[in-house]
Amino acid sequence: MTKSSNPDPERTARRASHSGGAKDVKIDVHYLTRVEGHGDITVDVRSGELKECKFKVIESARFFETMLRGRLIYEAQHLTSRICGICACGHSLTSIKASEKALGIVPHEDTLLLRKLLLHTEQMDSHVLHAYVLVAPDLLGVKSIMPLVKTHRPVIERAFRMKKLSDWAGEILAGRHTHPISFAIGGLTKIPEKAHLQKLREMMVEARADYAETVELFKKLALPSFERKGQYVALSHEKEYAFYDGKINVNGEKLVDPQDYLSVIKEEVRDYSSAKFVTVNKAPYMVGALARFNLNGDKLDKKSKEVASYLGLKRPCANTFMNTVAQVVEWGYCLEDSISILERLIKNGIDEEKVLVTMYPKKDQWPIKTRAGRGVGAVEVPRGILFHDYTVDDHGVVAAANCIIPTNQNINNLEADMRKIVPEIVGIQGEEEMRLTLEMLARAYDPCISCSTHLLDVRFVS
Amino acid sequence: MSKAKPKVAFFEFTDCEGCQLQVANLGADLLELTKAVDIVNFREIMSEEGQEYDVLVVEGSIASKHDEERLKAIAAKAKVIVALGACAATGGVNNLKNLKSLEEQKKIVYGDVDPVKDAVAAKPIDAVVKVDYYVHGCPIHGPEFVKVMQCVLMGKPYKVPTYPVCVECRQNENVCLYDKGQFCLGPITRAGCNSWLPNNGVPCVGCRGLIDNPAANAQKDILEKYGLTVEGILDKFTLYCNAQKERAKYDKEFKS
Repeated sequence: MTKSSNPDPERTARRASHSGGAKDVKIDVHYLTRVEGHGDITVDVRSGELKECKFKVIESARFFETMLRGRLIYEAQHLTSRICGICACGHSLTSIKASEKALGIVPHEDTLLLRKLLLHTEQMDSHVLHAYVLVAPDLLGVKSIMPLVKTHRPVIERAFRMKKLSDWAGEILAGRHTHPISFAIGGLTKIPEKAHLQKLREMMVEARADYAETVELFKKLALPSFERKGQYVALSHEKEYAFYDGKINVNGEKLVDPQDYLSVIKEEVRDYSSAKFVTVNKAPYMVGALARFNLNGDKLDKKSKEVASYLGLKRPCANTFMNTVAQVVEWGYCLEDSISILERLIKNGIDEEKVLVTMYPKKDQWPIKTRAGRGVGAVEVPRGILFHDYTVDDHGVVAAANCIIPTNQNINNLEADMRKIVPEIVGIQGEEEMRLTLEMLARAYDPCISCSTHLLDVRFVS
Repeated sequence: MSKAKPKVAFFEFTDCEGCQLQVANLGADLLELTKAVDIVNFREIMSEEGQEYDVLVVEGSIASKHDEERLKAIAAKAKVIVALGACAATGGVNNLKNLKSLEEQKKIVYGDVDPVKDAVAAKPIDAVVKVDYYVHGCPIHGPEFVKVMQCVLMGKPYKVPTYPVCVECRQNENVCLYDKGQFCLGPITRAGCNSWLPNNGVPCVGCRGLIDNPAANAQKDILEKYGLTVEGILDKFTLYCNAQKERAKYDKEFKS
């Protein structure tokens, strides 16, 4: 990876002298910072060759799948939203979808609109956090947003405003963003107030100005150039840019019903990692904003397509670093689609009778009787496709559960990227610069490591 | 505290990091707080790490031997320790794994391979180190965190409310969830969240932990009206209450 495609002769010379037996370079970025989780990268480079590449996650195993066993299905969304504080709404909605599929419940259209809206605001919340708080400091050459408070105050204020918008949306739609309260199996336990929806619409219309500035900011910032042709997986929907609904799209080659996810997504346990290794076609793949853009970019609205091309994002894009740009594009798409959902809800009202439910069966419905069955929920959460898979008995008790988290799916791909990038930068970049490049590469995935229910030590040994 | 601004460090263990996000989301209140303290470690938003700190804010449960050793090492440098959120304060939902045999669960999740030899029963941080302040809740309620930090700065103790959630719920004029045929832990759960769940039509699940001596301090009129007992409620909703019921066991096992 270099910033220009023409190799600099001086750099090439330095690389040559390095591979001629210069001292070994060892980089150990312990406790990878500015990712929401516990990551370690250890890269050991000897004689210009990559010998060892580790993306180590030191998160203790949490056992959500076994915690769920024996619990009432009505508790699942509460419990699983605790997998991740940052994509809590995504987990909650995926859980609800899986539960409804298992129980044979079909929610009302207004409920679906409210879920899509909540999911959009979570994408916006997470994307703005990632782009501004986690990535922008790298691009502006500082360690965190803290120094930017002094040097780039308007930028930081804008980021806070954009963040606040989605926080507030979470509050009026679901009681709070982390962890959402009122979204339940079959509907909502509280109907959002019309005045709040109107206010949210106004705020979103105003936020267009902040978005335009954001696009300009990312237009100015130079992302590293890098290319590795890999695999991409995301939900795809024939009518819309898929987030809440759709089929599993594998490389644009086939569409699979989420219920059959295990026919394409393979999980494997290795004795040195509490994170299961996930593959498609026996190879790594990428999920998240870039995967969605590559597979579904044609479903974006005209304005978002223009933003993408203005920011130099073209399908198919094989530069992982561009994931952040795809997030910026999605932010705008979510904003516009949220405005149109809000306008629809404000105009038509919410059918309270069809939407309002209780979180748990009422007293007179105990002992609980449900349909026995298995349901898989698949939802595009900020970092990519998320699966929850529940088997329920006829008393509404969970008999088996499985969750596959986006970061788990991306770790293999990150490792493949590192394998490609390290030989490209050894000898060209100094230790500090290499360290930063690798950190940036990991951060491009926006790894949400706390999310990964069964992550402990991920080691990649060549 | 000395005249220099106290240094505050945030560290997380086994959890979802949602409580730190609540802190990051404080916005204006957080900027106000940074006038009084220096935040030297907050991994969610910054990559530089300060080596020295006075106040240690810990999020997450202890769920592995590695967690335990790391917490001890981190805590040794701190003058004041704050437990942030249910996982740190009581063990939170992580305690649910303690209801079943760890070996059996490993088998279900990983089959014959055991990549998590390090795992132990989940426990709150005060099973490992002495805690000075507790911010309860899953997630924490932002305004309470600000109050706790004010107490930390003034060197005063913070009193966690001792009355049940029902008190706040009534002030908020919510319809009692028992009237809606729902089952709610409000009568025995400590207040301080401004009855967050019931305000949104959802029964309290007890994430802040039990009030002290529930037999004496429970919301008795509700219990009587609906013919409930403290034990009866506790057995029904175990998402969080397991933490406190099991507490005596942790103390014995880990503090000795």
